[in-house]
Amino acid sequence: MPRRSALLNAALGVVFPLLAFVIAPTLSYGDELNIYSARQESLIKPLLDRFTILTGTKVNLVTGKGDALLTRLKSEGFNSPADVLLTVDAGRLYRAQKAGVLRPISSEKLNLAIPAHLRSTENQWYGLSIRARVIIYAPERVNGSELSTYEALSDPSWQGKLCIRSSSNIYNQSLVAGMIASQGMEKTEVWLKGFVANFARAPAGGDRDQIKAVAAGQCDVAIVNSYYLGGMINSDDKGQQEAASKVNLFWPNQRDRGTHINISGAGITQSAKNLESAKGLLVFLANDESQRWYGETNNEFPVRPEVEVSKTLSAWGPFTADQLNVGKLGQYNADAIMAMDRAGWK
Amino acid sequence: MTVIVAIPVLVIIASLSQPFSSTWQHLADTVLIDYISNSLLLMVGVGFGTLILGVSAAWLTAMCDFPGRKILSWAFLLPMAMPAYIIAYTYTGILDFAGPIQSTLRTTFDWGYGDYYFPQVRSLGGAICMLSLVLYPYVYMLVRIAFLEQSTAVLEASRNLGKKSWQTFFSVAIPMSRPAIVAGVSLALMETLADYGTVAYFGVSAFTTGIFRTWYGLGELTTAAQLCAFLLLFVFALIMAERWSRQRLRFHHNSANKKLVRMQLKGWHAYTALLTGCFIVGLGFVIPATQLVIWASSRWQENLNGAFLSLLLNSFSLAAIAAICCVVVATFLAYTKRVFNSRLELGAVGIASLGYAVPGTVIAVGVLIPVAWLDNKIDFLSRAWFDIPTGLLLSGTIGILVFAYVVRFLSVSLNTVESGLSAIKPSIDESARSLGAGPGQVLKRVHLPILRSSLLTAALLVFVDVLKELPTTLILRPFNFNTLAVRTYELASDERLVDAALPALAIIVIGLLPVLLITKSILNERASHE
Repeated sequence: MPRRSALLNAALGVVFPLLAFVIAPTLSYGDELNIYSARQESLIKPLLDRFTILTGTKVNLVTGKGDALLTRLKSEGFNSPADVLLTVDAGRLYRAQKAGVLRPISSEKLNLAIPAHLRSTENQWYGLSIRARVIIYAPERVNGSELSTYEALSDPSWQGKLCIRSSSNIYNQSLVAGMIASQGMEKTEVWLKGFVANFARAPAGGDRDQIKAVAAGQCDVAIVNSYYLGGMINSDDKGQQEAASKVNLFWPNQRDRGTHINISGAGITQSAKNLESAKGLLVFLANDESQRWYGETNNEFPVRPEVEVSKTLSAWGPFTADQLNVGKLGQYNADAIMAMDRAGWK
Repeated sequence: MTVIVAIPVLVIIASLSQPFSSTWQHLADTVLIDYISNSLLLMVGVGFGTLILGVSAAWLTAMCDFPGRKILSWAFLLPMAMPAYIIAYTYTGILDFAGPIQSTLRTTFDWGYGDYYFPQVRSLGGAICMLSLVLYPYVYMLVRIAFLEQSTAVLEASRNLGKKSWQTFFSVAIPMSRPAIVAGVSLALMETLADYGTVAYFGVSAFTTGIFRTWYGLGELTTAAQLCAFLLLFVFALIMAERWSRQRLRFHHNSANKKLVRMQLKGWHAYTALLTGCFIVGLGFVIPATQLVIWASSRWQENLNGAFLSLLLNSFSLAAIAAICCVVVATFLAYTKRVFNSRLELGAVGIASLGYAVPGTVIAVGVLIPVAWLDNKIDFLSRAWFDIPTGLLLSGTIGILVFAYVVRFLSVSLNTVESGLSAIKPSIDESARSLGAGPGQVLKRVHLPILRSSLLTAALLVFVDVLKELPTTLILRPFNFNTLAVRTYELASDERLVDAALPALAIIVIGLLPVLLITKSILNERASHE
């Protein structure tokens, strides 16, 4: 049976090299720094590479969904290789803090650099960049003076004119959580009812899709994170550029609590073996160079107000951000989802 | 072995023993009905979609002859290499309100929003179409093998008795291929239930959406696991009901494979067959792939670099290891079942193969928790007895990842191996045994040659599935380890479809290689019989 033995040989030829491949990565990571990151690779690796060049510390990276990484961290426990947990919203950091996987650190430098509302009150995590949730409108059909606050978008005059993505999206959950924190549940529920009734279509797609829908005339206003508009303005794709040029950005709630913001941020784990290095990384991510990089690469705002912002960002003008401690967004996240479920926001 | 593979699924089911939190009340009051009804509609839609597309494709290429049949017989497999969320992204790009088709319509006829009707891609119907288009190859592949292996004598008998060809199709060929049809459709349905990427992007509140909202949003992993456990019980009940309904039926046949005489289609029949085939392949593969090529071509120089090659290598090796492991485990399980045929064994194998209906992230958690527990126990004991810390031995290695793939994709290989095995009559075993062959020899000298194409098919299906797999890989992988699917997803989730197109195309191309190889080998085998 020559055919079968050839098959067997081929199989063995595949299996042995592959076994070596299976075992190789179990070698330990020694004095290197290990990071679990919900921030995707292309939006963090360049900074980490820069850190390696400056300090000589090698950085190892796993990226994934925040909660999945948190579950991995929790079940690995004391033996977890991770030193740092990076997330793209405050809620996950709050949740990690509650789960007891982050350790409080004392760093004069970080506490001085990062405003108090953008870090944990117990020094367990720090905000590293700001993501603002703004109103986008079509100047052809909407006068900027008609806009004021998120709250005002629940007015029946906006019926059938509003686009926003699903309530499964974390930034929508944070927006509502922030409103519960400042206005209370009762007012928020009333607002949600009117707001959801104004949707132009069932929520679907991402933030860029909402911007495109405004540009194409499917709706007049949308609520999106500002960096998506920045990404479209700076895109190589003609279609995206064109869509972005047809809309304007409006900073909501400038006369009261300020525009809703979230952060990307990081904390050091309880299992961290390289504490000093890990602290060094956080300080590095908050320095001038890194803070500018967030703006230039992903159109996010720096957490340190004194750092100058990129051209795209400064074109939108200065804005007042909500001063609520972003940890509250995590605290009210579950309440926000339940309220959105009750209001029928898909 | 069965028990080890069943552990992650059991971990999920065990969550039912935890107290039910007040979240359940909230879900029942608000969204649960929506989750359930949408998932059921999705199942019914995709079930019919894959059944019709898969069986007609299999019938056309296996039983009929017309110009283009040979090309179509492998082209029908192409959509399998297309991840569902990728096809969803591309069709949205093409058909959405802001996309090229609707924009052209508006400028040509000077329409505005609301002036005309256009089907909404991002809807339940859209999700059914997308999933059916990429999942029908499961049905096609298994049913085609079944048609080819079907005794020509039985079909001839039916024709000689004066049945028309379509009557033969419905009254003989279809009932005789039932195990293969059921295996294929149930794979498609399990994948549908586990899908998160497509339904999430289309804003359809399906059951998986509910699981992830409960976990990520409400922060209730236990309730999410309980939801998942109910999903599993539902799937288990369906599988058992189907098994029970064909309990007393047998599907093997006596005659050897005689030369198959295909029906010659002529004139408009042949054209219709060819057009139908092109239509299916066009929608499921050519159109989305072309869109991807257009996107990829604008940026390929920047994206094609050393890092990209390591992605290729990682994806390929992982898929190959997982495919081999899955087929070995599946063959072992299928035989234990055939030989022992006890209730306990049947149940255990049934549980072990449920992994396919579980969203990858949840399987990952089911794998993560017991493995990390074991790792920490070993570390603890080793410290206590030998004063040597072992750290985490398995967690964060490729090993745990491969284990998770076996748990998740076992059902794919098991269904295929079993449906192949069901065509081998027990009397063949008995004759071989009575001629003095041991059970091992029966396997080696009688079954393996007969099963060869089923085993290859099983390996191929797992290979392609692992290649496309995202959520399990994402959470369980070691440091600094990326795959094509991970890269595609990261870019696509950042709404950078143009950059995501190149790794997506690479998944498709690598997935095509084994498709071509194995179709060729199956065809050769056929030829050698003739």
